[in-house]
Amino acid sequence: MVLLLAITAGVLFASAIYMILRRSLMKILVGLLLISYAVNLLLFASADLIPARPALVAADSLLPPATYADPVPQALILTAIVISFGLTAFAVVLMRQVYGTLGTDDLYEMRCTDVPCQEVEIASEEELLEEPL
Amino acid sequence: MDPLILLTGTVLSGILLAACAPLLYRRLGAYAAGLALFPLAIFIQLCLAIPALAAGATWQAALPWVPSLGLSLNVKLDGLGLVMALLISGIGALVIIYGGAYLKGHPFLGRFYSLVILFMTAMLGVVLSNNALLLFVFWELTSISSFFLIGFEHHKANARAAAWQALLVTGSGGLAMLAGFALLGKITGSFEISQWIESSAAVIAHPLAPAAFLLILAGAATKSAQFPFHFWLPNAMEAPTPVSAYLHSATMVKAGVYLLARLFPVFGGLALWPVVVTTLGLVTLVGGALLALAQTDLKRLLAYTTISALGSMVFFLGLGTSLAVKTAVAVLIAHALYKGALFLVAGSVDHGTGTRDIAILGGIGRAMPFTAAAAGLAGLSMAGIPPLLGFIAKELMYETTLESTLPALLSGLLLVANVGMVAVAGWVGYRPFWGQPGQEDLHPHEGSAGLWLPPILLAALSLLLGAFPQLAGKWLVAPAAQAVWQATLSVKLSIWHGLTPMLGLSALTLLLGIGLSAARQRLQPAIARFWHALAKFGPAALYPRSLHTVLSFAAWQTNLLQSGYLRLYVGSIILFTVVLAIFTMARQSIQLVLPTISPPRFYDVILIGIILTAAFLVTRARSRLATMALLGSIGFSIAVIFLLYSAPDLAMVQFAIETLTVILFVLVLYRLPKFKQLSSQSAKITDMLVALMGGILMTGLMLIVSAHNSDAHLARYFVENSLPLANGRNIVNVILVDFRGFDTMGEITVLSIAALGVFSLIKLAAGGKKKRQVPLARGKK
Repeated sequence: MVLLLAITAGVLFASAIYMILRRSLMKILVGLLLISYAVNLLLFASADLIPARPALVAADSLLPPATYADPVPQALILTAIVISFGLTAFAVVLMRQVYGTLGTDDLYEMRCTDVPCQEVEIASEEELLEEPL
Repeated sequence: MDPLILLTGTVLSGILLAACAPLLYRRLGAYAAGLALFPLAIFIQLCLAIPALAAGATWQAALPWVPSLGLSLNVKLDGLGLVMALLISGIGALVIIYGGAYLKGHPFLGRFYSLVILFMTAMLGVVLSNNALLLFVFWELTSISSFFLIGFEHHKANARAAAWQALLVTGSGGLAMLAGFALLGKITGSFEISQWIESSAAVIAHPLAPAAFLLILAGAATKSAQFPFHFWLPNAMEAPTPVSAYLHSATMVKAGVYLLARLFPVFGGLALWPVVVTTLGLVTLVGGALLALAQTDLKRLLAYTTISALGSMVFFLGLGTSLAVKTAVAVLIAHALYKGALFLVAGSVDHGTGTRDIAILGGIGRAMPFTAAAAGLAGLSMAGIPPLLGFIAKELMYETTLESTLPALLSGLLLVANVGMVAVAGWVGYRPFWGQPGQEDLHPHEGSAGLWLPPILLAALSLLLGAFPQLAGKWLVAPAAQAVWQATLSVKLSIWHGLTPMLGLSALTLLLGIGLSAARQRLQPAIARFWHALAKFGPAALYPRSLHTVLSFAAWQTNLLQSGYLRLYVGSIILFTVVLAIFTMARQSIQLVLPTISPPRFYDVILIGIILTAAFLVTRARSRLATMALLGSIGFSIAVIFLLYSAPDLAMVQFAIETLTVILFVLVLYRLPKFKQLSSQSAKITDMLVALMGGILMTGLMLIVSAHNSDAHLARYFVENSLPLANGRNIVNVILVDFRGFDTMGEITVLSIAALGVFSLIKLAAGGKKKRQVPLARGKK
């Protein structure tokens, strides 16, 4: 199972990197989501995978049973899931705003801090959003 | 005087005073010339120190600064430093007085005072430093203050370009010098110059010694305007005249000569020394004098003869006999006095008539008698006429070359240069005042005492020291020459040696020089044409070309590295990570260990199959809805994996977050752009390769990590103490809210800030026709 999970995380990393390398902001957002899945899997697989033995202490004992899943990576992942949700939420709204303001989500048209640029008129948000889904 | 007071009193108070000078000027107005009291005080202190130092004493003091770098505030005053420091403080005082009169009413006069005092402090630092790194710091500080002073009239493009040129040339030389210092530091294990001198035998025997010597020589040659770096000095004449007098003739440009003299005991025994240094000096000596003959501007005339004089000092240091060392020191003193005076005279003439062109100037001596007197005296010293100090220096020069191994050649070349000097002395010191007036009516008038007193004082000093040569010999030349020679030398200067070959050569020089001086109008245009034709092969033409090359290289590499394409940035980060990781693994010879393969369970295979399929499809999806669905299926599958492998809390959170994410996307989906096909096919293939490498690296890393069982004592601690310390039975929960409670609080803060950000971004209205910036069409990728 470790091998399988390692391959899965590798594939998730690969598709995440591929998506982050796209020109469209939307696809980069997808890449961010994918990379957080991949990181969670990586953390999860760093401890031994033990089925059906959560780190819980039974009502009548002081310690959990002899074998139990390592709680430390789980705590880390829990934090990671929540933080990446915060990141996703912010990124989605930011992207919406960028698109509404610039009328494009092509990163190649957002290099004006680095290359000489010219000013053009853009369509209003209503016009932009009339396109079908 | 306590050496420590010498250190703190000059260096630290100088820097403080430089910082306060503009403020003082605003308060005191014309009385700010009283700032000259500071260098004057130093000058007097140094004068009082002359007897002790002439007797062979040295003053030394050291304070640690950055001991780990070998950098200490280590100062040492010996004969050589004394002569330089006397010139720096004495001429500094005169220049501050003169500058106050010359720049009277100038809006930047306060800045002038500040920079001149800063420069003076730095220059004193250079000649007092016994630590090479400290010397370097002060050395660069003189370059920087010179930069600001050349660019003083910064509204003029010429002044800015000249300032830049001087800074680049001397600054790059300074870097070479630092490299040389570093090599010497490596060879000797110390940055103390006195230590270098003590271990000079070991230095010379070291194979790296020639490299260190040449690097340091590059620093000295750029600073002292030696060929082929001489071109910055005439351009530096854009500076106000008092600055030219002080920095670019009397003191700063002598820093290179000083450094060579200081390191003569270290490198003097190197086989390379006489060959390289002598040639460098000789070319500069003759070239500077011949170039000077083509000039008609007073300051440029003086600048080129300064180059020539600096060349002669370097030349004599290169010859390296005890007599040559004495000569170099004598020339240094004589030159500083007469050239400083002549520069100040040039400024006064400019001030009184509005021109510096010797073709126009003439007959103004009657209207400017004091300036004319100063010019006459200094000109006589420059021409080498008894009983001025310049004469004694010239006699010494001829004596040295006649005693050298190539007497005819060296004396002949020296004669050529000196004839040029005499001619220029005539053009500068005599012609504007007593020569035939030009057509223009100049309305010359004498300025205030501040404009004529300083040059007269300097010129009078030339006369005084020339008239009493024993004085100069015993108290100034001998201590300095001994510091260079590192042994006792007797210096007996006198005006009359009897009928010697030197006297003959001097007379011949004068005769030819006066002839050349008188024939100016006929000869000068031809000389100017000759040099003009040669100019495009000179180093001055090379400078803009090399500057252009450097700038276009910088632009090229900036465009390459800062392209503005996120794709290239991220791609290169990933590629480099992969390369570095593989390199490290290869070096550590880490083996990839496959884990023991247990047959996977049925639902593991199903879940992983879903994730892999979805991860592949999501990269090819064209519709936003399909993407959301695929991402959701990955998230939920991972949640189920969490559930299967003993992480119920994770599974619950993941389910909740997945649901929230889907809701979020649905809410804004219609406001997001559609997916477009933007990248070209080749870009996609490159990206795929990069992504594959990144993915394989991560898989490999995971396998390596899982092969090494981590130490679980962290988990053991949490497990054992969960119930006793935190009264909780769900250990993951206890870790988050108890053991690592502050982390969770930080996490909550992050979430709240993100929520605030989301809220304000949604509130930010965006609508109506707008304009935006798009990159110009070229450079599509």
